[in-house]
Amino acid sequence: MEQKIRILIAKPGLDGHDRGAKIVARALRDAGMEVIYTGLHQTPAMIVEAAIQEDVDVIGLSLLSGAHMTLFIDVVDMLREKGLEDIIIIAGGIVPEDDIPLLKKAGISGVFGPGTPVEVIVDFIQKNVKK
Amino acid sequence: MSDSLALKVIEGDQRSIARLITLAEDNADEAIEAMKIIHPQTGNAHVVGITGVMGSGKSTLIYELTKAYRKQGKTVGIIAIDPTSPFSGGALLGDRIRMMELAMDEGVFIRSMGTRGMLGGLTSSVYDVVEILDASGKDIILVETVGVGQAEVDIIKISDTTIVLIVPGLGDSIQTLKAGVMEIADLYVINKADRSGVEQTIAEMQSLVDIECSNKKRKTPILLTVAKESKGIDEVLKEIDMHKIFLENSKELAQQRRLRYEAELIEIIRKRLMNFIFDEDQFKGTVDELLDKISKKKLDPHAASEIILDKILK
Repeated sequence: MEQKIRILIAKPGLDGHDRGAKIVARALRDAGMEVIYTGLHQTPAMIVEAAIQEDVDVIGLSLLSGAHMTLFIDVVDMLREKGLEDIIIIAGGIVPEDDIPLLKKAGISGVFGPGTPVEVIVDFIQKNVKK
Repeated sequence: MSDSLALKVIEGDQRSIARLITLAEDNADEAIEAMKIIHPQTGNAHVVGITGVMGSGKSTLIYELTKAYRKQGKTVGIIAIDPTSPFSGGALLGDRIRMMELAMDEGVFIRSMGTRGMLGGLTSSVYDVVEILDASGKDIILVETVGVGQAEVDIIKISDTTIVLIVPGLGDSIQTLKAGVMEIADLYVINKADRSGVEQTIAEMQSLVDIECSNKKRKTPILLTVAKESKGIDEVLKEIDMHKIFLENSKELAQQRRLRYEAELIEIIRKRLMNFIFDEDQFKGTVDELLDKISKKKLDPHAASEIILDKILK
Protein backbone atom coordinates (compact mmCIF):
# COMPACT_ATOMS: atom_id res chain seq x y z
CA MET A 1 0.00 0.00 0.00
CA GLU A 2 1.33 3.39 -0.95
CA GLN A 3 -1.23 5.90 0.24
CA LYS A 4 -0.95 9.54 -0.66
CA ILE A 5 -2.84 12.40 0.89
CA ARG A 6 -5.15 13.94 -1.72
CA ILE A 7 -6.37 17.50 -1.29
CA LEU A 8 -8.68 19.71 -3.32
CA ILE A 9 -7.83 23.40 -3.36
CA ALA A 10 -10.76 25.56 -4.41
CA LYS A 11 -11.78 29.19 -4.55
CA PRO A 12 -15.52 29.53 -4.08
CA GLY A 13 -17.47 32.55 -5.20
CA LEU A 14 -16.48 35.75 -6.92
CA ASP A 15 -12.89 36.47 -6.05
CA GLY A 16 -10.11 36.76 -8.58
CA HIS A 17 -7.15 36.46 -6.24
CA ASP A 18 -5.55 33.04 -6.31
CA ARG A 19 -1.92 33.73 -5.44
CA GLY A 20 -2.25 32.50 -1.89
CA ALA A 21 -4.12 29.37 -2.95
CA LYS A 22 -1.45 28.61 -5.55
CA ILE A 23 1.39 29.07 -3.07
CA VAL A 24 -0.28 26.70 -0.62
CA ALA A 25 -0.95 24.22 -3.44
CA ARG A 26 2.73 24.17 -4.35
CA ALA A 27 3.83 23.78 -0.76
CA LEU A 28 1.53 20.80 -0.33
CA ARG A 29 2.85 19.25 -3.52
CA ASP A 30 6.38 19.69 -2.20
CA ALA A 31 5.27 17.92 0.96
CA GLY A 32 4.39 14.87 -1.16
CA MET A 33 0.64 15.35 -1.46
CA GLU A 34 -1.53 15.13 -4.56
CA VAL A 35 -3.15 18.52 -4.96
CA ILE A 36 -6.14 18.94 -7.23
CA TYR A 37 -6.35 22.60 -8.12
CA THR A 38 -9.76 23.64 -9.42
CA GLY A 39 -9.28 27.32 -10.11
CA LEU A 40 -11.49 30.35 -9.59
CA HIS A 41 -15.22 30.99 -9.30
CA GLN A 42 -16.49 27.67 -8.01
CA THR A 43 -19.89 27.12 -6.47
CA PRO A 44 -20.06 25.07 -3.26
CA ALA A 45 -21.92 22.34 -5.19
CA MET A 46 -19.14 22.12 -7.79
CA ILE A 47 -16.51 21.87 -5.06
CA VAL A 48 -18.36 19.08 -3.27
CA GLU A 49 -18.94 17.12 -6.48
CA ALA A 50 -15.24 17.44 -7.42
CA ALA A 51 -14.24 16.33 -3.92
CA ILE A 52 -16.40 13.19 -4.29
CA GLN A 53 -15.02 12.23 -7.70
CA GLU A 54 -11.43 12.93 -6.69
CA ASP A 55 -11.93 11.07 -3.38
CA VAL A 56 -9.93 13.64 -1.44
CA ASP A 57 -9.01 13.56 2.24
CA VAL A 58 -8.99 17.33 2.60
CA ILE A 59 -10.65 20.35 1.02
CA GLY A 60 -8.81 23.66 1.23
CA LEU A 61 -10.95 26.72 0.64
CA SER A 62 -9.59 30.18 -0.02
CA LEU A 63 -11.56 33.39 -0.13
CA LEU A 64 -10.65 37.05 0.12
CA SER A 65 -13.99 38.62 -0.74
CA GLY A 66 -15.66 38.51 2.67
CA ALA A 67 -18.30 35.94 1.77
CA HIS A 68 -16.60 33.18 3.78
CA MET A 69 -19.34 32.85 6.39
CA THR A 70 -21.83 31.93 3.68
CA LEU A 71 -19.75 30.03 1.15
CA PHE A 72 -17.47 28.06 3.51
CA ILE A 73 -20.41 26.96 5.61
CA ASP A 74 -22.38 26.02 2.47
CA VAL A 75 -19.59 23.62 1.53
CA VAL A 76 -19.62 22.06 5.02
CA ASP A 77 -23.40 21.68 4.95
CA MET A 78 -23.41 20.07 1.51
CA LEU A 79 -20.70 17.62 2.52
CA ARG A 80 -22.74 16.64 5.56
CA GLU A 81 -25.87 16.23 3.44
CA LYS A 82 -23.98 13.76 1.26
CA GLY A 83 -22.63 11.92 4.29
CA LEU A 84 -19.02 12.94 3.72
CA GLU A 85 -18.15 13.94 7.28
CA ASP A 86 -14.73 12.29 7.03
CA ILE A 87 -13.37 14.95 4.68
CA ILE A 88 -11.37 17.56 6.59
CA ILE A 89 -11.99 21.16 5.60
CA ILE A 90 -9.42 23.89 6.06
CA ALA A 91 -9.67 27.51 5.05
CA GLY A 92 -7.50 30.49 4.26
CA GLY A 93 -7.74 34.03 2.96
CA ILE A 94 -9.01 37.13 4.70
CA VAL A 95 -11.03 35.94 7.67
CA PRO A 96 -11.55 38.34 10.62
CA GLU A 97 -10.47 37.00 14.03
CA ASP A 98 -14.04 37.08 15.32
CA ASP A 99 -15.26 34.76 12.58
CA ILE A 100 -12.69 32.02 13.22
CA PRO A 101 -14.45 30.45 16.24
CA LEU A 102 -17.74 30.54 14.35
CA LEU A 103 -16.21 28.78 11.35
CA LYS A 104 -14.61 26.17 13.58
CA LYS A 105 -17.90 25.58 15.30
CA ALA A 106 -19.52 25.12 11.89
CA GLY A 107 -17.06 22.36 11.01
CA ILE A 108 -14.00 23.99 9.46
CA SER A 109 -11.05 22.26 11.15
CA GLY A 110 -8.39 24.89 10.63
CA VAL A 111 -8.27 28.52 9.51
CA PHE A 112 -4.95 29.83 8.24
CA GLY A 113 -4.71 33.53 7.54
CA PRO A 114 -2.06 35.54 5.67
CA GLY A 115 1.42 35.12 7.09
CA THR A 116 0.90 31.53 8.21
CA PRO A 117 4.09 29.59 7.45
CA VAL A 118 3.22 26.84 4.95
CA GLU A 119 4.88 24.29 7.23
CA VAL A 120 2.11 24.90 9.75
CA ILE A 121 -0.52 23.96 7.16
CA VAL A 122 1.42 20.90 6.00
CA ASP A 123 1.85 19.79 9.57
CA PHE A 124 -1.82 20.29 10.38
CA ILE A 125 -2.92 18.17 7.41
CA GLN A 126 -0.44 15.39 8.09
CA LYS A 127 -1.55 15.19 11.71
CA ASN A 128 -5.26 15.22 10.98
CA VAL A 129 -5.55 12.89 7.98
CA LYS A 130 -5.89 9.32 9.16
CA LYS A 131 -3.61 7.39 6.82
CA MET B 1 -16.47 -5.32 1.54
CA SER B 2 -14.82 -5.42 -1.89
CA ASP B 3 -17.81 -7.36 -3.27
CA SER B 4 -20.34 -4.70 -2.42
CA LEU B 5 -17.97 -1.96 -3.54
CA ALA B 6 -17.57 -3.64 -6.93
CA LEU B 7 -21.32 -4.07 -7.30
CA LYS B 8 -21.93 -0.42 -6.46
CA VAL B 9 -19.34 0.57 -9.06
CA ILE B 10 -21.19 -1.51 -11.65
CA GLU B 11 -24.40 0.30 -10.64
CA GLY B 12 -22.60 3.56 -11.40
CA ASP B 13 -22.43 4.98 -7.88
CA GLN B 14 -20.09 8.01 -8.02
CA ARG B 15 -18.62 7.64 -4.54
CA SER B 16 -17.91 3.95 -4.97
CA ILE B 17 -16.21 4.60 -8.32
CA ALA B 18 -14.06 7.29 -6.67
CA ARG B 19 -13.23 5.03 -3.74
CA LEU B 20 -12.23 2.03 -5.84
CA ILE B 21 -10.00 4.23 -8.02
CA THR B 22 -8.16 5.37 -4.88
CA LEU B 23 -7.73 1.79 -3.71
CA ALA B 24 -6.39 0.79 -7.12
CA GLU B 25 -3.99 3.73 -7.13
CA ASP B 26 -2.76 2.81 -3.68
CA ASN B 27 -2.32 -0.88 -4.67
CA ALA B 28 -4.66 -1.99 -1.91
CA ASP B 29 -5.62 -5.66 -1.63
CA GLU B 30 -9.33 -4.77 -1.66
CA ALA B 31 -8.84 -3.32 -5.12
CA ILE B 32 -7.47 -6.58 -6.49
CA GLU B 33 -10.52 -8.42 -5.17
CA ALA B 34 -12.93 -5.87 -6.59
CA MET B 35 -11.23 -5.83 -10.00
CA LYS B 36 -11.92 -9.56 -10.30
CA ILE B 37 -15.65 -8.91 -10.12
CA ILE B 38 -15.46 -5.91 -12.41
CA HIS B 39 -13.47 -7.38 -15.26
CA PRO B 40 -16.28 -9.44 -16.86
CA GLN B 41 -18.40 -6.27 -17.00
CA THR B 42 -15.90 -4.36 -19.15
CA GLY B 43 -15.34 -3.93 -22.85
CA ASN B 44 -18.26 -1.71 -23.77
CA ALA B 45 -16.62 1.70 -23.51
CA HIS B 46 -14.68 3.22 -26.37
CA VAL B 47 -11.37 4.50 -25.02
CA VAL B 48 -9.97 7.63 -26.64
CA GLY B 49 -6.44 8.70 -25.71
CA ILE B 50 -5.46 12.32 -26.18
CA THR B 51 -1.83 13.29 -26.22
CA GLY B 52 0.22 16.28 -27.29
CA VAL B 53 2.81 18.78 -26.13
CA MET B 54 2.26 21.00 -23.11
CA GLY B 55 -0.24 23.75 -23.81
CA SER B 56 -1.59 22.17 -26.99
CA GLY B 57 -5.11 22.27 -25.55
CA LYS B 58 -5.69 18.68 -24.43
CA SER B 59 -7.91 19.58 -21.47
CA THR B 60 -9.88 22.10 -23.48
CA LEU B 61 -10.45 19.61 -26.30
CA ILE B 62 -11.62 17.02 -23.76
CA TYR B 63 -14.03 19.54 -22.27
CA GLU B 64 -15.48 20.28 -25.71
CA LEU B 65 -15.65 16.62 -26.77
CA THR B 66 -17.43 15.76 -23.53
CA LYS B 67 -20.03 18.47 -24.05
CA ALA B 68 -20.65 17.16 -27.56
CA TYR B 69 -20.94 13.54 -26.39
CA ARG B 70 -23.37 14.59 -23.68
CA LYS B 71 -25.55 16.21 -26.34
CA GLN B 72 -25.72 12.79 -28.00
CA GLY B 73 -26.78 11.32 -24.66
CA LYS B 74 -23.54 9.40 -24.13
CA THR B 75 -21.91 9.16 -20.71
CA VAL B 76 -18.25 10.08 -20.35
CA GLY B 77 -15.41 9.16 -18.02
CA ILE B 78 -12.33 11.38 -18.02
CA ILE B 79 -8.88 10.44 -16.71
CA ALA B 80 -6.54 13.44 -16.61
CA ILE B 81 -2.91 12.67 -15.84
CA ASP B 82 -0.33 15.17 -14.67
CA PRO B 83 3.28 14.55 -13.64
CA THR B 84 4.26 13.52 -10.13
CA SER B 85 7.32 15.29 -8.75
CA PRO B 86 10.30 12.93 -8.76
CA PHE B 87 11.62 14.74 -5.69
CA SER B 88 8.68 15.03 -3.30
CA GLY B 89 6.32 12.41 -4.73
CA GLY B 90 3.62 15.08 -4.69
CA ALA B 91 1.72 16.39 -7.68
CA LEU B 92 -0.20 19.45 -8.74
CA LEU B 93 -3.17 18.21 -10.74
CA GLY B 94 -4.65 21.11 -12.66
CA ASP B 95 -6.46 19.65 -15.66
CA ARG B 96 -9.78 19.93 -13.89
CA ILE B 97 -9.65 23.74 -14.02
CA ARG B 98 -10.78 23.66 -17.63
CA MET B 99 -13.48 21.08 -16.96
CA MET B 100 -15.19 22.34 -13.81
CA GLU B 101 -18.41 23.13 -15.62
CA LEU B 102 -18.82 19.39 -16.21
CA ALA B 103 -18.63 18.69 -12.49
CA MET B 104 -22.35 18.93 -11.89
CA ASP B 105 -23.33 16.58 -14.72
CA GLU B 106 -24.11 13.11 -13.40
CA GLY B 107 -23.24 11.57 -16.74
CA VAL B 108 -19.62 12.68 -16.43
CA PHE B 109 -16.94 11.40 -14.07
CA ILE B 110 -13.59 13.17 -13.93
CA ARG B 111 -10.56 11.86 -12.12
CA SER B 112 -7.16 13.58 -11.89
CA MET B 113 -4.13 11.35 -11.43
CA GLY B 114 -0.41 11.79 -10.84
CA THR B 115 2.07 9.67 -12.81
CA ARG B 116 3.50 8.33 -9.53
CA GLY B 117 6.89 7.48 -10.95
CA MET B 118 5.76 5.98 -14.25
CA LEU B 119 7.33 7.26 -17.47
CA GLY B 120 5.65 7.13 -20.85
CA GLY B 121 2.93 9.70 -20.17
CA LEU B 122 0.57 7.50 -18.15
CA THR B 123 0.34 6.19 -14.59
CA SER B 124 0.56 2.51 -13.75
CA SER B 125 -2.95 2.16 -12.32
CA VAL B 126 -4.54 3.77 -15.39
CA TYR B 127 -5.50 0.33 -16.72
CA ASP B 128 -7.55 -0.33 -13.58
CA VAL B 129 -9.16 3.08 -13.76
CA VAL B 130 -10.22 2.50 -17.38
CA GLU B 131 -11.79 -0.83 -16.35
CA ILE B 132 -13.56 0.79 -13.40
CA LEU B 133 -15.08 3.56 -15.53
CA ASP B 134 -15.95 1.06 -18.26
CA ALA B 135 -17.72 -1.25 -15.80
CA SER B 136 -19.58 1.71 -14.31
CA GLY B 137 -21.32 2.11 -17.65
CA LYS B 138 -19.51 5.02 -19.27
CA ASP B 139 -19.89 4.96 -23.05
CA ILE B 140 -16.75 6.94 -23.77
CA ILE B 141 -13.54 7.16 -21.74
CA LEU B 142 -11.20 10.04 -22.52
CA VAL B 143 -7.64 9.66 -21.26
CA GLU B 144 -5.44 12.75 -21.19
CA THR B 145 -1.69 12.08 -20.99
CA VAL B 146 0.82 14.40 -19.40
CA GLY B 147 2.20 17.01 -21.80
CA VAL B 148 4.48 14.88 -23.94
CA GLY B 149 7.79 15.32 -25.68
CA GLN B 150 8.75 12.83 -28.34
CA ALA B 151 8.74 9.39 -26.83
CA GLU B 152 5.82 9.13 -24.41
CA VAL B 153 3.86 6.68 -26.50
CA ASP B 154 2.28 4.43 -23.86
CA ILE B 155 -1.12 5.95 -24.60
CA ILE B 156 -1.56 3.61 -27.60
CA LYS B 157 -1.50 0.63 -25.30
CA ILE B 158 -4.65 1.75 -23.57
CA SER B 159 -6.59 3.60 -26.28
CA ASP B 160 -8.89 2.26 -28.94
CA THR B 161 -8.45 5.58 -30.72
CA THR B 162 -5.36 7.73 -30.17
CA ILE B 163 -5.53 11.44 -30.95
CA VAL B 164 -2.28 13.39 -31.28
CA LEU B 165 -2.79 17.10 -30.78
CA ILE B 166 -0.54 19.53 -32.62
CA VAL B 167 -0.41 23.30 -32.62
CA PRO B 168 0.85 25.59 -35.40
CA GLY B 169 4.28 27.06 -34.95
CA LEU B 170 6.16 23.91 -34.03
CA GLY B 171 7.71 24.35 -37.48
CA ASP B 172 10.59 22.07 -38.29
CA SER B 173 10.15 20.25 -35.01
CA ILE B 174 7.35 18.22 -36.61
CA GLN B 175 10.04 16.71 -38.79
CA THR B 176 12.08 15.70 -35.78
CA LEU B 177 9.00 14.14 -34.22
CA LYS B 178 8.73 11.63 -37.06
CA ALA B 179 9.59 8.73 -34.80
CA GLY B 180 7.74 8.18 -31.54
CA VAL B 181 4.75 10.39 -30.86
CA MET B 182 4.15 11.15 -34.54
CA GLU B 183 3.77 7.47 -35.41
CA ILE B 184 1.03 6.61 -32.97
CA ALA B 185 -1.93 8.70 -34.09
CA ASP B 186 -5.20 7.31 -35.36
CA LEU B 187 -6.28 10.89 -35.73
CA TYR B 188 -4.30 14.13 -35.92
CA VAL B 189 -5.89 17.28 -34.62
CA ILE B 190 -4.27 20.64 -35.31
CA ASN B 191 -5.64 22.78 -32.50
CA LYS B 192 -5.44 26.58 -32.27
CA ALA B 193 -5.94 26.50 -36.03
CA ASP B 194 -6.71 30.22 -36.07
CA ARG B 195 -3.06 30.94 -35.45
CA SER B 196 -0.67 32.10 -38.13
CA GLY B 197 1.46 29.39 -39.65
CA VAL B 198 -1.37 26.87 -39.75
CA GLU B 199 -1.06 26.40 -43.53
CA GLN B 200 2.53 25.32 -43.16
CA THR B 201 1.61 22.92 -40.34
CA ILE B 202 -1.14 21.37 -42.47
CA ALA B 203 1.24 20.92 -45.40
CA GLU B 204 3.90 19.33 -43.19
CA MET B 205 1.39 17.02 -41.59
CA GLN B 206 -0.03 15.98 -44.94
CA SER B 207 3.35 15.01 -46.30
CA LEU B 208 4.09 13.15 -43.08
CA VAL B 209 0.83 11.22 -43.33
CA ASP B 210 1.44 10.44 -47.02
CA ILE B 211 4.74 8.78 -46.18
CA GLU B 212 3.56 7.17 -42.95
CA CYS B 213 0.37 5.68 -44.36
CA SER B 214 1.51 4.71 -47.85
CA ASN B 215 1.24 1.01 -47.05
CA LYS B 216 -1.56 1.08 -44.49
CA LYS B 217 -5.23 0.20 -44.78
CA ARG B 218 -6.33 3.54 -43.42
CA LYS B 219 -4.97 7.03 -43.97
CA THR B 220 -4.73 9.02 -40.73
CA PRO B 221 -7.09 12.01 -40.98
CA ILE B 222 -5.88 15.51 -40.14
CA LEU B 223 -8.48 17.78 -38.57
CA LEU B 224 -8.49 21.44 -37.59
CA THR B 225 -9.98 22.78 -34.36
CA VAL B 226 -10.12 25.93 -32.30
CA ALA B 227 -11.17 24.12 -29.14
CA LYS B 228 -11.55 27.29 -27.10
CA GLU B 229 -14.22 28.51 -29.51
CA SER B 230 -15.80 25.05 -29.91
CA LYS B 231 -14.83 24.99 -33.59
CA GLY B 232 -14.24 21.71 -35.40
CA ILE B 233 -15.41 19.53 -32.51
CA ASP B 234 -18.21 17.72 -34.38
CA GLU B 235 -15.74 16.64 -37.06
CA VAL B 236 -13.45 15.15 -34.40
CA LEU B 237 -16.40 13.23 -32.97
CA LYS B 238 -17.33 11.98 -36.43
CA GLU B 239 -13.78 10.76 -37.13
CA ILE B 240 -13.61 8.98 -33.75
CA ASP B 241 -16.83 7.16 -34.72
CA MET B 242 -15.41 6.33 -38.17
CA HIS B 243 -12.28 4.93 -36.56
CA LYS B 244 -14.37 2.83 -34.20
CA ILE B 245 -16.28 1.37 -37.16
CA PHE B 246 -12.97 0.74 -38.94
CA LEU B 247 -11.66 -1.13 -35.90
CA GLU B 248 -14.77 -3.24 -35.63
CA ASN B 249 -14.92 -4.09 -39.32
CA SER B 250 -11.23 -4.89 -39.64
CA LYS B 251 -11.24 -7.04 -36.49
CA GLU B 252 -8.50 -4.79 -35.15
CA LEU B 253 -10.51 -3.91 -32.07
CA ALA B 254 -10.06 -7.34 -30.52
CA GLN B 255 -6.37 -7.20 -31.35
CA GLN B 256 -6.10 -3.72 -29.82
CA ARG B 257 -7.82 -4.85 -26.62
CA ARG B 258 -5.52 -7.87 -26.40
CA LEU B 259 -2.53 -5.54 -26.61
CA ARG B 260 -4.01 -3.50 -23.78
CA TYR B 261 -4.31 -6.56 -21.56
CA GLU B 262 -0.78 -7.56 -22.45
CA ALA B 263 0.52 -4.11 -21.45
CA GLU B 264 -1.50 -4.25 -18.25
CA LEU B 265 -0.22 -7.71 -17.39
CA ILE B 266 3.38 -6.60 -17.94
CA GLU B 267 2.78 -3.53 -15.77
CA ILE B 268 1.22 -5.54 -12.93
CA ILE B 269 4.06 -8.05 -12.95
CA ARG B 270 6.65 -5.28 -13.12
CA LYS B 271 5.07 -3.48 -10.20
CA ARG B 272 4.74 -6.59 -8.04
CA LEU B 273 8.23 -7.75 -8.82
CA MET B 274 9.73 -4.34 -8.05
CA ASN B 275 7.80 -4.13 -4.80
CA PHE B 276 8.97 -7.64 -3.94
CA ILE B 277 12.62 -6.83 -4.52
CA PHE B 278 12.76 -3.30 -3.17
CA ASP B 279 10.17 -3.28 -0.39
CA GLU B 280 10.19 -6.73 1.16
CA ASP B 281 12.34 -7.10 4.23
CA GLN B 282 14.10 -10.24 3.03
CA PHE B 283 15.57 -8.38 0.05
CA LYS B 284 16.16 -4.98 1.57
CA GLY B 285 19.46 -5.98 3.14
CA THR B 286 20.64 -7.67 -0.04
CA VAL B 287 19.85 -4.68 -2.23
CA ASP B 288 21.64 -2.30 0.15
CA GLU B 289 24.65 -4.58 0.27
CA LEU B 290 24.83 -4.85 -3.50
CA LEU B 291 24.50 -1.08 -3.91
CA ASP B 292 27.42 -0.61 -1.51
CA LYS B 293 29.53 -2.98 -3.55
CA ILE B 294 28.59 -1.29 -6.83
CA SER B 295 29.48 2.12 -5.38
CA LYS B 296 32.86 0.81 -4.27
CA LYS B 297 33.44 -0.74 -7.72
CA LYS B 298 33.62 -4.21 -6.26
CA LEU B 299 30.67 -5.28 -8.36
CA ASP B 300 29.00 -4.03 -11.52
CA PRO B 301 25.22 -3.46 -11.86
CA HIS B 302 24.75 -6.36 -14.31
CA ALA B 303 26.37 -8.83 -11.95
CA ALA B 304 24.29 -7.44 -9.09
CA SER B 305 21.09 -7.98 -11.06
CA GLU B 306 22.12 -11.61 -11.67
CA ILE B 307 22.45 -12.12 -7.94
CA ILE B 308 18.97 -10.72 -7.29
CA LEU B 309 17.35 -12.70 -10.10
CA ASP B 310 19.04 -15.89 -8.90
CA LYS B 311 17.55 -15.35 -5.47
CA ILE B 312 14.04 -14.86 -6.86
CA LEU B 313 14.19 -17.84 -9.17
CA LYS B 314 15.24 -20.18 -6.39
